[in-house]
Amino acid sequence: MNRHFDRDIEQLKELLLRMGAMVEDSINQSIRALLERDTAIAEQVIAADSDIDRMELEIDQHTIELIAKMQPAAVDLRFVATAMKINPELERIADLAQDVCERAIELNREAQLKPLIDIPRLARAAQEMVRQSLDAFVRGDAALARAVIARDDEVDQMTEDSFRELLTYMLEDSAYISRAIRLTFVGKYFERIADGATNICEMVVYLVEGKVIKHAGNVGEVR
Amino acid sequence: MATMEFVQGTRAAAGSAQPAVSSGVRPKIDVKKFNFFYGSAQVLYEVDLELPEKQVTALIGPSGCGKSTFLRSINRMNDTIPGARAEGTISIDGRDLYAPDVDVVALRRRVGMVFQKSNPFPKTIFENVAYGLRIGGIKDKRVLDEIVEQSLRRAALWDEAKDRLGASALALSGGQQQRLCIARALAVGPEILLMDEPASALDPIATQKIEELIYELKDNFTIVIVTHNMQQAARVSNRTAFFMLGKLVEVGDTNAIFMTPKEKLTEDYITGRFG
Amino acid sequence: MSVDPDTTLRAYPPRMQPSAMSKRPRQIREVVSVGLLGFSAFLIIAILAVILGNIAYAGIGQISWEFLTKSPEAGLTEGGIFPAIFGTVSLVILMTIAAVPFGVATAVYLHEYTPAESPSVAWRRYQSARVGEKGKLLRHFLSAVLATITRSAVANLAGVPSIVFGLFGLGFFIQFVGRGLDRATQAPGEIHWGQGNILWAALTLALLTLPTVIVATEEALRTIPSDLRAASIALGATRWETIRRIVLPGALPGILTGAILAVSRGAGEVAPILFTGAAYYLPYLPKRLTDQFMELGYHVLILSTQSPDVEATKPLLYGTVFVLLALTFLLNLAGVLIRSRTRSKMRVGG
Repeated sequence: MNRHFDRDIEQLKELLLRMGAMVEDSINQSIRALLERDTAIAEQVIAADSDIDRMELEIDQHTIELIAKMQPAAVDLRFVATAMKINPELERIADLAQDVCERAIELNREAQLKPLIDIPRLARAAQEMVRQSLDAFVRGDAALARAVIARDDEVDQMTEDSFRELLTYMLEDSAYISRAIRLTFVGKYFERIADGATNICEMVVYLVEGKVIKHAGNVGEVR
Repeated sequence: MATMEFVQGTRAAAGSAQPAVSSGVRPKIDVKKFNFFYGSAQVLYEVDLELPEKQVTALIGPSGCGKSTFLRSINRMNDTIPGARAEGTISIDGRDLYAPDVDVVALRRRVGMVFQKSNPFPKTIFENVAYGLRIGGIKDKRVLDEIVEQSLRRAALWDEAKDRLGASALALSGGQQQRLCIARALAVGPEILLMDEPASALDPIATQKIEELIYELKDNFTIVIVTHNMQQAARVSNRTAFFMLGKLVEVGDTNAIFMTPKEKLTEDYITGRFG
Repeated sequence: MSVDPDTTLRAYPPRMQPSAMSKRPRQIREVVSVGLLGFSAFLIIAILAVILGNIAYAGIGQISWEFLTKSPEAGLTEGGIFPAIFGTVSLVILMTIAAVPFGVATAVYLHEYTPAESPSVAWRRYQSARVGEKGKLLRHFLSAVLATITRSAVANLAGVPSIVFGLFGLGFFIQFVGRGLDRATQAPGEIHWGQGNILWAALTLALLTLPTVIVATEEALRTIPSDLRAASIALGATRWETIRRIVLPGALPGILTGAILAVSRGAGEVAPILFTGAAYYLPYLPKRLTDQFMELGYHVLILSTQSPDVEATKPLLYGTVFVLLALTFLLNLAGVLIRSRTRSKMRVGG
């Protein structure tokens, strides 16, 4: 049976995907701004963030209206709950991309410290995780979501590797410190973007299977 | 205070999330392989269900799914229908109420019933509540007074009715009439209360009062409620059983049924995807 | 693309065409039919008014203390009608005692204890039942058959002409029951029960009234919502407790009204008592069940057909008819009053 509720759900999904696309774009552009040392692109990303903020508010509004009017249950309830949690997660990811751009602008004011190796890999990995997490959400693909979650450790490792390398620069010459710290931050930002993707994927598993896998092992089985 | 009770209530419910057997809560009503027929038409198929003591179990499902028939099987109200026939067992405290030596009249004093449409007798408020007692042979005015007051209090109607116990029950509002019917059922001292869509004919405020009442009554009674209002089932019950086409599709903790039902049919029903 | 208005309008039936929208022909038909219906109603009222008016006009002047309290005198051409009034009232009371309890009991049995479904449905149910259930459903079927037979008997009884009841009363009560009693209890040749008397007349009249009482009672029982029965049963009451405490009290106004209307109709019948106990003239009042009696309706018949001097008895005749009508009217009024009193008592009081 077709429910007009389904149209509302579809609409909410579409809004989230548009938001996801905007966020992905921000990540892509932030990586370009960083690697191509392009201040103009970085400024565009920062400017675009207010659109994403507006989008977040719009999705929030839509979700709350859905709850008020439809009182969703079961899979609908899980979908709405997922939407409510994915939405700020995406917004936070966009903020992190904005932070990357701010650091990029600062880095662009000085000479390049070193050819970037670990950070681009890290950035690509985080970017891919975000894309896949959104794919998993759209398709309701719990297996893909679990695969994305599994990559988080790999990203953590890359962040650690990049930090160690940057640390050697800082130890070598104190003139490198400010740039190395900025690059360390950038690494951390991408790591947290990947964390965001992981959170989204945990919600996708809940949405599809009804199982809470978040904090598994820390608090024991939650019903 | 109310909030505290609610939290405790929820925890208690959470404790019984798993099948009732493992929860340690003794099933008050134990249904085994129960079949029911109207003539040659079978309306219930092999229902296996345990209803825990002092909890609210909601029966949900589309019209004609057998949930009302099932409810009426618990106090054998279906007996009056010609050609009605039951197979299997429904036990209360371990005693099969379809055994040949069961006194149906005595059974109905242990299993009270509240109907969809409030149906007070065209008598005074007092006489409505005292009806079951008088049938049971109680004549002592003091005893009658006491039980009538206690029942009205339990049904949250005392404050509204105490000054007009001698007035006709038909002068009460719809919601008050339904609470009167609950008081009337409570007066005979049942352990189990069956409710057949008790609030479906009431406005939201009266409905809310009935729901609050059900919530309080479950501390002392085992309640089985049939409802078409999904939100109501979610709000008042500890456990929910979903029936379809005469079969019990799924039963479980209400939270689980409404957030993560196991069966696709249940999910389709509670999300309104039924064709 | 423009739509031709004529084409679209042709789709409507002719009376809805704009040209037919003027209200004239339909309005005229409306006025004519309302007029005819109203005239029929008016005619009925007018006829009734003329009859009642005539009786009241001619009869009321005749009413006096003496007329009401004295016996007929001078070969029915003078005096009062007291024995007839007394006889009528006694007859009606006896008839009510016989007809109402019996009729109410029959109706309660039919409505509360026999199946609501037809014998054919009950039979199909019996046929499709499993072996273990057969006995129960056979009883169910037989009781449905009994109910159907009883109901059609009641319906047929109601259609029997009242003179036939009179003949039945003569044949059954007097010839069969009465003579039988006499043979059993009296010395040979003694006639005590085997002749017309007030008991046989009352019973005959009760038979005539019975169908009406049964139908009215069943009608009253039908107005008690099945919800109330279910509520009572669910509280652990038996079927009989439910009937006694819920159904009968609730149906009482309806039963009373029905009974009184039935009785008042029976009270005006002359044919059933013609051969069963009504007397042309009696110098005494009936004191025992075996006594004969005078009766108002019968008295009217006698006055208008058997009087030696028709013109002289005419005022008496009008007076008697007036009293008979007044008695019937009083009974009907009592029925209406009881109904409205008990109803309002149920709604608000208690």
